[in-house]
Amino acid sequence: MAMDIAINGDNAVALAWKQIDPDVCAAYPITPQTIIVEKFAEYVANGEVSTEFVCVESEHSALTLCTASESAGARTFTATASQGLAYMWEMMPITAAMRTPLIMAVANRTVSGPININNDHGDAMSARDCGWLMLFSENVQQAYDNSIIAPRIAEHPDVQLPCMVNLDGFILTHAIERMTMVDTADVKKFVGEFRPVYPLLDIKHPVSHGNMDGPDFYYPHKCQSVTAMEKALEVCEEVFEDFRKITGREYHLLDEYRCDDAEFVAVILGSSFGTMKAAVDMLREQGIKAGCLMPRVYRPWPAAALAKALAGKKAVAVFDKHLSIGAYGPMFPEVVAACSDLDKLPKMFNVIYGLGGADATVAGFKKMMEDVASGAASKITYLGVKM
Amino acid sequence: MVMANPKDLIVGGRIIKPGSSEQFNTGDWRSFVPIVDQDKCIDCMTCWIYCPDNSIVVRDNKMAGIKLTHCKGCGICSKVCPKKAITMKEE
Repeated sequence: MAMDIAINGDNAVALAWKQIDPDVCAAYPITPQTIIVEKFAEYVANGEVSTEFVCVESEHSALTLCTASESAGARTFTATASQGLAYMWEMMPITAAMRTPLIMAVANRTVSGPININNDHGDAMSARDCGWLMLFSENVQQAYDNSIIAPRIAEHPDVQLPCMVNLDGFILTHAIERMTMVDTADVKKFVGEFRPVYPLLDIKHPVSHGNMDGPDFYYPHKCQSVTAMEKALEVCEEVFEDFRKITGREYHLLDEYRCDDAEFVAVILGSSFGTMKAAVDMLREQGIKAGCLMPRVYRPWPAAALAKALAGKKAVAVFDKHLSIGAYGPMFPEVVAACSDLDKLPKMFNVIYGLGGADATVAGFKKMMEDVASGAASKITYLGVKM
Repeated sequence: MVMANPKDLIVGGRIIKPGSSEQFNTGDWRSFVPIVDQDKCIDCMTCWIYCPDNSIVVRDNKMAGIKLTHCKGCGICSKVCPKKAITMKEE
C-alpha cells in the first residue's frame, strides 16, 4: 500500500534501493552521501536485502568494482559526492564507454577548494561530459522516485548507459520531508529483472569487455553513445509515463511551472526549482508574467523540449549552481544553443548562485527576476556577491 | 583511414567471439624480420618456447618456419637459437 512517511533524502534513496534489492553495492562514505550507504549497509546486515555489499578503500575502487560487477551481469548501485566523485572521474568515462548501466546517487556538494562541504552542483557538472545519464531531483519525493525510475532508463537495451541520480546535499539529503512510498511489490514489478546484454558471467557465450580501440573504432563507438543518448530521450518519456500509471506522479524531460503564458522564464536545477516557484508566484501577484522550468533530465540534454518551451519568451534567465570560471555557468551556453534555431532568440541572462552553499532565497530570486524583466540585469550576475 | 560504421559495431566495444585477436594483424609493427636457415635448424623448439607471439609454425614435430601475422620482429628467437639458425634482417 502506498504510504506517506517522513524521511530525509539520503534515507529515501536507501529505501528505494532496498525495495529494488540490487545484486551488488560498493561505496565509500563521504558527506553528505554517507547516510545512503550507511542505511543500506544496515539493510544488508539485517538480511532485509540479498545484496552483496563490498567495503572498498576508496571511491576509485568503488566505481571500478561497480563497473566490473555490472559488466559481469549484476545490477549494481553506488553513491558518492564532491571529492569522491572527483576521485571516480578516471573511471567514469570508462563505465559509460563500456555501456554498463549502473546507478549512482550523487548527493551534490561543491568541489574543494577552498575546502567547503556545502551544496552546489560543482561535482555533477564537472563530470557531465563523461557520458552518463543525469537526473536531477527537486525534493525528497523526487530523489526517491528518480532512484526507482533510473534503472529502467539505464538498463533499457537501446540505452545501456550508467545513470547519476542527483539530489542536493544537505538541502535534500539531510532534510526530513513528507513523501509517498511506492509499494515494494510495485517497485519490483516496475523495475523488473535485470537483463544484462553480453554479461561476462554468461560462460556459454564468452565475451570480452573494455577492449582497446584504434581511432577507426574509438570515434564510432563514441557516436554509438550519442545515438543511445538520443534514444534515451524517448525512453525517459516512456518510463515516466509507466511510473505515472502506478503512482499518479507525472514527470517529463522538463518540469514546467507557469510557463505557458510567461514572458520571463527562469531555468534552474534541483531543490532551487521549488524556491523559484515561490518567487514566480510572488512575481505573478506583482503583475510580472514569470515562469520557471527545470530540466529533470540533464543528460541527455533535452534541447528540442527546451526550444519549444522557451519559444516566444521575452527573456530567459539561466540559474547555474556552478561556474566554469572564465566563461559562464555550465547550463547557460547549452540553453542558448538549444534556442539558437528559434526565429527570435529571447534575451538571455546567466545567474550564478548558491556556490559552496551560499544563500538561495525566494527574495533573492524574486529581485533577480525583476531585474531580468526590467532589463536591468547584467549578462552574468553573481547573485549575492558585489564584484 | 576507413572509419567503422557505428551501426555495425557491438555496443560498448564488446567482443562477442573468442579468439578474435588471432585475426588482427599486428605483424605490420615489425621493422626486423626473422630469417630461418633450415640447414642449421635442429628442431629443438627453443624458439617455439620463447616466441611471445606464437609465431613459430610446427608441423610433424618439426620447426616449419615463422608465420609473420603476429611477429613483431623482437628477435628473441634469433637470440635463443643454440645453432644461430635465425638471423634478423631489416625490412
